[in-house]
Amino acid sequence: MNKNKKSNLALIGVFLRGCTHLFVICIIASLLSSLCELIMPKIISFTVDSVIGDEATHLPAPLMSLIDRVGGMEYLKDNLWIFAALILLFAVLMGVFKYCETVFNRKGSETLVENMRNKLFSHIERLPFSWYMKNQTGDIIQRCTSDVEMVKSFLSEQLTSIISTVMLIVMSLFFMYTISVPLATIALLSIPIIIGYSAVFHGKIGDKWEECDNNEGKLSAICQENLTGVRVVRAFGREKYEVDKYQKQNDVYTNAWIKLGMVLSLFWGTGDLISGVQVMAILIGGTVLCVRGELSVGDFIAIVSYNAMLTWPVRSLGRVISEMSKAGVSIGRINDIMSAEAECDAPDAVDCTADGDIVFENVTFSYDGSAKILDDVSLTIPKGTTLGILGMTGSGKSTLVSLLCKLYDLPEGCGSITVSGTDVRNIKRESLRKNIGIVLQEPFLFSRTLGENIGITFRDPAAMAEEIKEAARAACLDETIEGFTAGYDTMVGERGVTLSGGQKQRTAIARLLAQKTPVMIFDDSLSAVDSETDAKIRSALREKTADSTVIIISHRIQTLMSADNIIVMSGGKIVERGTHDDLIREGGIYKRINDIQSSGVDEEEVGE
Amino acid sequence: MKKNTEKTTHLKFFGIPKLLPFLKPYRLPMIFMILLALGGSAIEIIFPKYQEYAINNYIADGHLDGIWVFGATYFALLIVKIVMDIFSTYLGTKMEMNIGRDLKQKSFNHLQTLSFSYFNRNSVGYIHSRVSSDTNRIGSLVSWYLLDCIWNGTYLIGALFVMFRTNVKLSLIVLAVIPVVSVIVAFMQKKLIATNRKIREMNSQITGNFNEGITGAKTIKTLVAEDKMYDEFKEKTEEMKKHSVMESRYRGLLWTTLNVASYIALALVLKVGGDLTREQVMIVGTLSLFMSYSIGIMQPIRWVINSLSQLINIQVNIERFTGLLETESDVSDSPKVIERYGDMFEPKRENWEELRGDIEFENVSFKYPDGDEYILNNFDLKIPHGTNVAIVGETGAGKSTLVNLVCRFFEPTSGRLLIDGRDARERSQLWLHSNIGYVLQTPHLFSGTIRENLKYGSPDATDEEIMDALKIVSAEGIIERSEKGLDTEVGEGGDLLSTGEKQLISFARAILCDPKILVLDEATSSIDTFTEQIIQSAIVDVIKGRTSFVIAHRLSTIRNADIILVVRDGKIIERGTHRELMRLRGYYHSLYTQQYQAEAMAGVFADTSK
Repeated sequence: MNKNKKSNLALIGVFLRGCTHLFVICIIASLLSSLCELIMPKIISFTVDSVIGDEATHLPAPLMSLIDRVGGMEYLKDNLWIFAALILLFAVLMGVFKYCETVFNRKGSETLVENMRNKLFSHIERLPFSWYMKNQTGDIIQRCTSDVEMVKSFLSEQLTSIISTVMLIVMSLFFMYTISVPLATIALLSIPIIIGYSAVFHGKIGDKWEECDNNEGKLSAICQENLTGVRVVRAFGREKYEVDKYQKQNDVYTNAWIKLGMVLSLFWGTGDLISGVQVMAILIGGTVLCVRGELSVGDFIAIVSYNAMLTWPVRSLGRVISEMSKAGVSIGRINDIMSAEAECDAPDAVDCTADGDIVFENVTFSYDGSAKILDDVSLTIPKGTTLGILGMTGSGKSTLVSLLCKLYDLPEGCGSITVSGTDVRNIKRESLRKNIGIVLQEPFLFSRTLGENIGITFRDPAAMAEEIKEAARAACLDETIEGFTAGYDTMVGERGVTLSGGQKQRTAIARLLAQKTPVMIFDDSLSAVDSETDAKIRSALREKTADSTVIIISHRIQTLMSADNIIVMSGGKIVERGTHDDLIREGGIYKRINDIQSSGVDEEEVGE
Repeated sequence: MKKNTEKTTHLKFFGIPKLLPFLKPYRLPMIFMILLALGGSAIEIIFPKYQEYAINNYIADGHLDGIWVFGATYFALLIVKIVMDIFSTYLGTKMEMNIGRDLKQKSFNHLQTLSFSYFNRNSVGYIHSRVSSDTNRIGSLVSWYLLDCIWNGTYLIGALFVMFRTNVKLSLIVLAVIPVVSVIVAFMQKKLIATNRKIREMNSQITGNFNEGITGAKTIKTLVAEDKMYDEFKEKTEEMKKHSVMESRYRGLLWTTLNVASYIALALVLKVGGDLTREQVMIVGTLSLFMSYSIGIMQPIRWVINSLSQLINIQVNIERFTGLLETESDVSDSPKVIERYGDMFEPKRENWEELRGDIEFENVSFKYPDGDEYILNNFDLKIPHGTNVAIVGETGAGKSTLVNLVCRFFEPTSGRLLIDGRDARERSQLWLHSNIGYVLQTPHLFSGTIRENLKYGSPDATDEEIMDALKIVSAEGIIERSEKGLDTEVGEGGDLLSTGEKQLISFARAILCDPKILVLDEATSSIDTFTEQIIQSAIVDVIKGRTSFVIAHRLSTIRNADIILVVRDGKIIERGTHRELMRLRGYYHSLYTQQYQAEAMAGVFADTSK
């Protein structure tokens, strides 16, 4: 099943396509901005020592000759603004690079996320229907949202911040070593201590975070259950009990966080202490070196600045390292979706030509090896005729049409279904479904306007207003729609009106009529419509669907009686077939149901 | 309503006065927290002075006298500062959590008193986020943002103070940069918040799209709309990217502004201070002090501005929170009733009369608080105790209205509801509710064990009584099948049990409190026929001797009811016994015929498949 499962690393490679260069630019920009930042203490120390003070200069020769050319050190001493300008220049450069780093990082990470989201969405859209039955919506959505975020923050924040922090550490240590070996060593020694301390701490505190999260979840659940069960709470008069229950958990939750807060405060405090001591060591060590004449004042100031630059990046590095492991789990969860096998057509699949008959031949089917849903069904639906199907829930009638649309694949050796002589297994899915329209038993409407719902298959629904109205009229929906203040622009679903079951069904019928497919299937799609409207819709349908092949599944004899052919299904088999008159004459199930439906209920019969 | 959730609002003094009662219990820790923050920040200001001292004394004079004292005091200050910081952040967490807890509890408690019209108007998700996220936001405002503001504000003022004491001219130079920075930062902050709001909105839209793509998969496939859906999805993700990159531009600009500003101040200090030092007016250590401050002062500006803009934003949360507390219940007990019968939290059971179960609607008219149309008009109905009332009609026809009035979930708009001959309003809601057993259509269980759920309505019930109740509804099998018996966990919302089992448990729960009034909302979801048979036969036993209301979907089950009320489009259009209604050949007759046919049809198929 998972023959095309990629390794997690390869999947990251796929997602990173088109954004690696952005991350590279981001890292280069970060390198340059660090460089600019690191040069400034150098300028300051030179200024303090040799320009403001009178230390001998020990600059590289090219720089010295440049200084000589502009007028020597004396000139510089009288024109301090040159150094102010230099600082400003590097500050602006650093700002620009830092800006580029931020923006390119975001561009990279957003391209990455866009990539991931789009790839996931389009892959999910192409997964076979059976996959949806096996997986829970909430779980899939979680993978597409929080796990995606997790992978993004790993690649865009953690990975790049590790790279740039390490570069910053290396470069500033380099500068520090050129100034003073003992002081640089103090700084160097403290780095592993700080990173290690913080990584170990964050690794250990994980359980505590989880405990807090769990407690928050429990508290949420109590509130949620109280709100959804508000009727039970009130009807049993248990408000006090609920309040006590909430209070108890509220205390547990609050105290867990306070405890965590205490641990965190201690952690931050200890971190502050380590860095504080390190700063102090450099301050005192630097002072001693200066007094002994081994260090100039300017260099002293510079080394203090370098050390300050390191503090925060180093401290955050520990946290980043400890959080990296979480990303591995997330990418695995995303990979589960991406490696599920999508629907695919046979390589030699052809387009569908729906100008012939539909033939089922010895079709037998079961879902994943459970009991047979269809058992040796053979049936011919001549082009342009109407087939009626009568059957109870579970008789296999919906499965029959699902197989025709290839929502489920009919395995080899289980009979065949042909459309105009071509086996559906050899027809391109898309082309097949474009030719066979279906109204499902429980229609699904999209959260957009009614007009857009009806015209969903049009490339530009706005330009097809007439067709949409026409379809709505045929489905007896026009009056309902015009009754809404916004008419065809009324939003459906959460952000708009809630439609009744019958209105939803009629919208779905209008949608099918607008589609004008050569084959139309109505899967019990008038069940929530009263019989009067049912009759009206049927007569409109007869006009609209004169040339189409139509399959109607229904419980109502009235709905089925005018079909050219009617089959009765029970237990996955066709038990009766023929026209209405044939079946009445035969006197089987169909006749009995017809009798039940055409006679009223005698009150004496059912009275007691 | 949902759309307006993120609108900025303006309250008097940012809504803080409304929060004062919640802050009052914590004024001591709050004062401590503020003092500690002041102290920590003050020490932070002193540290650059040490560098100045080292340069001006030791390095300039070339001796190391007293370096140990210098180091020791530095270390002591460091320790004091860290201890202060630890305590102030700890107090911050404590304040945040405790105030958050109080706000949560207060709103949760208040929700218990609100009437059903509130719950009908607002979705569970909406109410839930009032209780959890609004309270959290307010909690963080009064702790962290306050702490940020004080700490950084003190640092700013303190640093400026030290600078002015040291050298006025240089201080003025640094000071000149601050207003410019503040204006730019405030502008960026505003932009950032607006863009972030947009990003959150886009995020929920994208989640919505995923949801639609998954739940609508079958339809999308049959319509071959995959490409269309994907194209639309791509548009959303692209827009998301655009906004997010925009946000990073503001963020980048904000950072760049702060840093460039720091270095402008530094460059100015270097130029002006450098000249002063060369002229021997100032010593080099002081120059280094100013350089430290000019870099150090910019971040605090940012955090102060951030805290202030958060204060403005959290107003929305404050308003929503106080709005919830100020919402009044449509149904409430009068002070006189509370005095005699007690309130929800402290009932005076000793004054409660026994309830017999006679119910009478006397000239009742009713419309839902959020509706315009009258559903009942001068409705009269006498229900003597022990009567079995059935309410029938299609799904969504409004069958629960009558029950809502009997349970006092809503009050009649006019007219009276009499219970045992007295106006229902003369006695407390809790008194009435303690006498009602309610079985919901979709059974609602709470997380916990089966025993806890069964005892929900009657906390004092013994295990024996529990088992008896289970036997009445033939549900003892559930206990026998479960490994831990009554102590079996049912999971969130009872999800570890099957629908049928949940139904039986909720039925037993209602019976256990031996209610005088029993309300049964029949299940529409198909439970297996065997379970249904059990429930049906249990109903017959249980309703004996109680006033009962059965909201029925299967009409075959209520043929023996004493009175049947037929509801259509919210209104009661027919009433009578089954026989009378059938003879009427009206709406009930047609409903009954339809169901009869459907059941007969199922029978025909069942026959043939045997």
